[in-house]
Amino acid sequence: MKALLIGEYKNGHIDESFYELVGFSKKIGSETVGFVVAPLDSKLEYDGKVYIADINKAKDYNPKVHKDLIINVVEKENPDIIVFSHSSYGWDLAPRLSVALNAALISEIIDAIDDNYIVPFCNAKLRRRVKANSQKVVLTLQSGAFATFKSGNAQIESVNEINQDDRLQFEGYEVAEKTGVDLTKAEVIVSAGRGVGKKENIEVVKNLAKALKGELGASRPVVDAGWLDESYQVGTTGQTVSPKLYVACGISGAIQHLAGMKKSNFIVAINKDKDAPIGEAADVFVVADLMEFVPVLTSKLTK
Amino acid sequence: MNVLVCIKQVPDMESKFKISNDKQWYEQSDLTFKINEYDEYAVEEAVRLKEKLANTEITVLSIGPERTKEAIRKALAIGADKGVHVLDNEPQKKDSFQIASIIANYAKDKSFDIIFLGMQSQDRGSAAVGPIVSELLGYNCVTTIVSFEYVDGKVNVKRELEGGIKAKVSAKTPIVLTCQLGLNTVRYPTLPNIMKAKKKELNTINVSELLNEEPRVINLEVFVPEKKKGSIVLEGKVDEMADQLINILKEKTQVLR
Ligand SMILES: Cc1cc2nc3c(=O)[nH]c(=O)nc-3n(C[C@H](O)[C@H](O)[C@H](O)COP(=O)(O)OP(=O)(O)OC[C@H]3O[C@@H](n4cnc5c(N)ncnc54)[C@H](O)[C@@H]3O)c2cc1C
Ligand SMILES: Nc1ncnc2c1ncn2[C@@H]1O[C@H](COP(=O)(O)O)[C@@H](O)[C@H]1O
Repeated sequence: MKALLIGEYKNGHIDESFYELVGFSKKIGSETVGFVVAPLDSKLEYDGKVYIADINKAKDYNPKVHKDLIINVVEKENPDIIVFSHSSYGWDLAPRLSVALNAALISEIIDAIDDNYIVPFCNAKLRRRVKANSQKVVLTLQSGAFATFKSGNAQIESVNEINQDDRLQFEGYEVAEKTGVDLTKAEVIVSAGRGVGKKENIEVVKNLAKALKGELGASRPVVDAGWLDESYQVGTTGQTVSPKLYVACGISGAIQHLAGMKKSNFIVAINKDKDAPIGEAADVFVVADLMEFVPVLTSKLTK
Repeated sequence: MNVLVCIKQVPDMESKFKISNDKQWYEQSDLTFKINEYDEYAVEEAVRLKEKLANTEITVLSIGPERTKEAIRKALAIGADKGVHVLDNEPQKKDSFQIASIIANYAKDKSFDIIFLGMQSQDRGSAAVGPIVSELLGYNCVTTIVSFEYVDGKVNVKRELEGGIKAKVSAKTPIVLTCQLGLNTVRYPTLPNIMKAKKKELNTINVSELLNEEPRVINLEVFVPEKKKGSIVLEGKVDEMADQLINILKEKTQVLR
């Protein structure tokens, strides 16, 4: 079995997620070779060959350009599986590659046992065990699901022949300005989710945060609805936090939220649905309507 | 402008799920179904485009059993013009490649300018159908859009990356776009529009007419994940649970003393 691992170059370096792909391959006992579009002088702590396509020529991400580069490497190396992270890069590119290779695509893998893969299902309330029915298989791995593995120095094979594509034009990046609180330094975070129901109810969660001398946080729908601004958002597209105590009020525990808070020391979930997937991360799960429970808890704490 | 929106009907994620007897899926009886959240943004964005651009026609397509018609009717009430129901009594047995090829087979001779889909479905969540459709049709494709604008045959979108960064991308139609949370706020259909939707055209096509691919991914089993090891579940009276929780926090964390 041979795996082609597709790395990502982000914010000026090879993203750490590459080493999760390596860890995954170790777990399933596969040989590996790497590919990444990055500066040619990049260093990787990886014991093997990595094809690097010159990012100065490939420029900012263009799916067609990257797809063609990977197809070339696939032709040379003939891997059985091609592995991405389930990131904005991976979920954009992996399906396109699967079509070109007539390969099965299995997304957001959280575990692997031989050639069986486990993926989340129904907003992570359930799991599915699946298997591919094709010669080549394209996989994306949920970030954080596999332990990283680092060792050695990669042997770099540079790729200089890069075709351009003008069907999509990249017009620049937009970076959210950092305002409000820096949740990454907070010792206690109490977050409000869609379960609060309406904007006025945020106050109830905020009062609990105050009583615990902590900061207020939020899940994404609360931010999307305009109940709180972006700086409160915890998760893959918000902040990654690891306080001593994280209290999730009316938050279901979607993967993208968990990714931002599961490293907290102690997690309390307050949710009326006993089966909410936040249960996989919570140390204490309070089955209750938050509008009834949280005010009682707050008043006991402030007494 | 000829627009297609693909929507999926999914269970309400707050439902109590039971695994089906064959362990292949969830039990479908007793569940409430609705439009996949991401697909509602897709419908809304298409309707906003139609409001700005004369001569725009929006077709809504959904693959699924008979009940799927309710989801299509809702999209028509939001403002789509006509519905296409691809009747499939076992959509759970199809993988994302098959779903995409059904959509592509339907779309291939209809010259759609824009195809909107959700970024992912809430039940299966492969985030794959959109880009696969684009490859099969040879269309441009941008995934995970949080902003959309159409100007003179060109689409300007923002594509969400990680950590609050967005990439601005522009491209010519025809194009496939997958919609992310926060793209817009979906309107509630008004009563007159719900009434009007009942009269809009809704055609049914049998899935066998559009599908000629075998699944590439085989479903082996569905199961319930375990709760965190050593976790405590509190149930009962609010007052007692609050006391219990305070005691646990005193014992196990340093934040209360
Ligand atoms: C690419 C991508 C990036 C994303 N990034 C992020 C991110 O950074 N952060 C993030 O949070 N999400 C993110 N999401 C969205 C994520 O997938 C979920 O949709 C989101 O986290 C759900 O938020 P929620 O738990 O507040 O809402 P829901 O999933 O709707 O859950 C609400 C919960 O509240 C409970 N509830 C309802 N009423 C009550 C009540 N009265 N009392 C107690 N409990 C109640 C319900 O049982 C339910 O469990 C992202 C999604 C994608 C696709
Ligand atoms: N059964 C279906 N009928 C119509 N559209 C679908 C169906 N399944 C998925 N889609 C579309 O494909 C998107 C991505 O789904 P998925 O790849 O399953 O995460 C959804 O948001 C829908 O827009």
